Amino acid sequence: MNYTLPSKLKLFAVILMVIGAVGIGAGFLSAPGSTAEVKEMMAAHGDDHGEDTATESHDASATAHGEQAHGASHSAADQEKHLEHTLHQLQNRPWSALYVACFFFFMIALGALAFYAVNFAAQAGWSPVLFRVMEAVTAYLVPGGIIMFVLLGLSGFHINHLFVWADPEVVAHDKLLQGKASWLNGTWMLIRAAIFLGGWITYRYFAVKFSRAGDTAQANDHSNFTKTFRISAGFLVFFLYTESMMSWDWIMSFDPHWFSTLFGWYVLAGMMVCAITTIALITIFLKSQGYLEIVNDSHIHDLAKFMFGFSIFWTYLWFSQFMLIWFANIPEEVTYFMTRIEDFNTPFFGMLILNFLFPLLLLMNSDYKRVNWFVVLTGIVILVGHYIDIFVMVMPATVGKSWFIGIPEIGSMLFFLGLFILVVFTALTKAPLLLKNNPFMKESKNYHY
Amino acid sequence: MASKVIHAIYNDDDILMHAVKQTRAAKYNIEEVYTPFPVHGLDKVMGLEPTRIAITAFMYGIVGLTVATTMMNFIMIEDWPQDIGGKPSFSYIENMPAFVPIMFELTVFFAAHLMVLTFYMRSKLWPFKKAENPDVRTTDDHFLMAVDTANHDIDKMSKFFKDTGAVEISIVEPDDDH
Repeated sequence: MNYTLPSKLKLFAVILMVIGAVGIGAGFLSAPGSTAEVKEMMAAHGDDHGEDTATESHDASATAHGEQAHGASHSAADQEKHLEHTLHQLQNRPWSALYVACFFFFMIALGALAFYAVNFAAQAGWSPVLFRVMEAVTAYLVPGGIIMFVLLGLSGFHINHLFVWADPEVVAHDKLLQGKASWLNGTWMLIRAAIFLGGWITYRYFAVKFSRAGDTAQANDHSNFTKTFRISAGFLVFFLYTESMMSWDWIMSFDPHWFSTLFGWYVLAGMMVCAITTIALITIFLKSQGYLEIVNDSHIHDLAKFMFGFSIFWTYLWFSQFMLIWFANIPEEVTYFMTRIEDFNTPFFGMLILNFLFPLLLLMNSDYKRVNWFVVLTGIVILVGHYIDIFVMVMPATVGKSWFIGIPEIGSMLFFLGLFILVVFTALTKAPLLLKNNPFMKESKNYHY
Repeated sequence: MASKVIHAIYNDDDILMHAVKQTRAAKYNIEEVYTPFPVHGLDKVMGLEPTRIAITAFMYGIVGLTVATTMMNFIMIEDWPQDIGGKPSFSYIENMPAFVPIMFELTVFFAAHLMVLTFYMRSKLWPFKKAENPDVRTTDDHFLMAVDTANHDIDKMSKFFKDTGAVEISIVEPDDDH
């Protein structure tokens, strides 16, 4: 059965994009242009709360746990320098908001692609009824990847100030960054990004092509499945290397002095749980619209198991990274968590409730995994939690103490959500919701727990 | 005196499953089914209540977590305060990350071991216990369904089980095998 895109959903997505675009625009327009404006804003802020010491305490802590983002010496933390510092943070804010939302939705598509490949490589018998949904989610890889690439280009060549390592003046005064410059420079990073994106999109192109070819092939012709099986295995090897490097380039390099060897896995875990949650949400949505009648509670149950499992896995990696660094307490490593605990305390620890406790308690019971609205509720919480996760990975380095979830952040979020819905649901209409000539189709249709 | 029991023996799990369904449809009372391996879905076909071992596992996990927390708090904070990771705060909550592995492990340890013990007790399995299965072949490749004859006609029942695909039928007095 073919899916037809309801005009209401399309309108909803376009409205989200328009509201989002307005929010993004407002974010850029309201960013201060000079230190004088920052002073005004801070004065207004100070008056509101009636505390004159606000700026002073601000100053002191900024010196205390160094703002690596601008590398320069803060020994003379005079007022002007601090204002300029805040100015840069506030100017970074709309860009960072855009970056976080862009990456968040991009990683959902990428995670879905990896999950799709895993299902093929493992010759999974339960999932073929969901393949068309997964293919549709990965359709966002192309537009999302292009926007991501443009944003990376703007940041890598210092059009905005997201990556400190892209600022030649900072690098000139920073020995560590000079040492890393052969890897962290705009051109080489963009070449890498092109290779990563190119490889992922090429795999998707062929996987979808073979899947569509199976629809028109003769009955019991499984040659297309065999082809996808082969390229999936190859893709997974490529993906695991490139995903890891992508996470260093696109996320970890925001804090270029700091490094963590399990960062790639950590990003991967978050990516997978978001992707599987999105697949579950879209499947449940389509079922509620009367499509995908072949998908039963056992399929949802399996998706929910993966949501549960990857949430635990994410927490495991979060904790492994946190505990070792916290315990060793080496200054150059621990700064990463210092800024997060001191300036981002609520989102940093709050996301553990959303990403760990919530799915743990709600999805632990086997019966609850079969209750669709339970899965939807938990899924939304997980997605919000992982948006905050990306937020806390990016923001401390770019906007520091000047963070806030306001118009630029919500605007960017809505814009990319609208784009995501539009792209994914349009892609769903392109092919029948059940693929043909997959050797595991019968098993998947009869799947029961 | 308790009624006699029919032992119907099958040699295939699919036939057994089908026979169990027929027996239940015929309103005969299945006492127990002995199989050499777990047969997927048999519990549902037999109409057994879902297991509650998951609930006990959750509670045992909580017990383990509590034991770990209390124990670490006493050992590392109260009785002999330790400098943890160069951060001598002597407060449980501030040193909590260092204790998480122990809290996790003891949660799993308690949940797993007590769950196994609970399972053994509920299944009436303990050391030196005499095996309950009425026919040793059920530990190899045969399936046995024990059905209470109550006040049914035994000949009619035997024929019924023959028709369900049983390879062997025997009628035994209760307490023979228990």
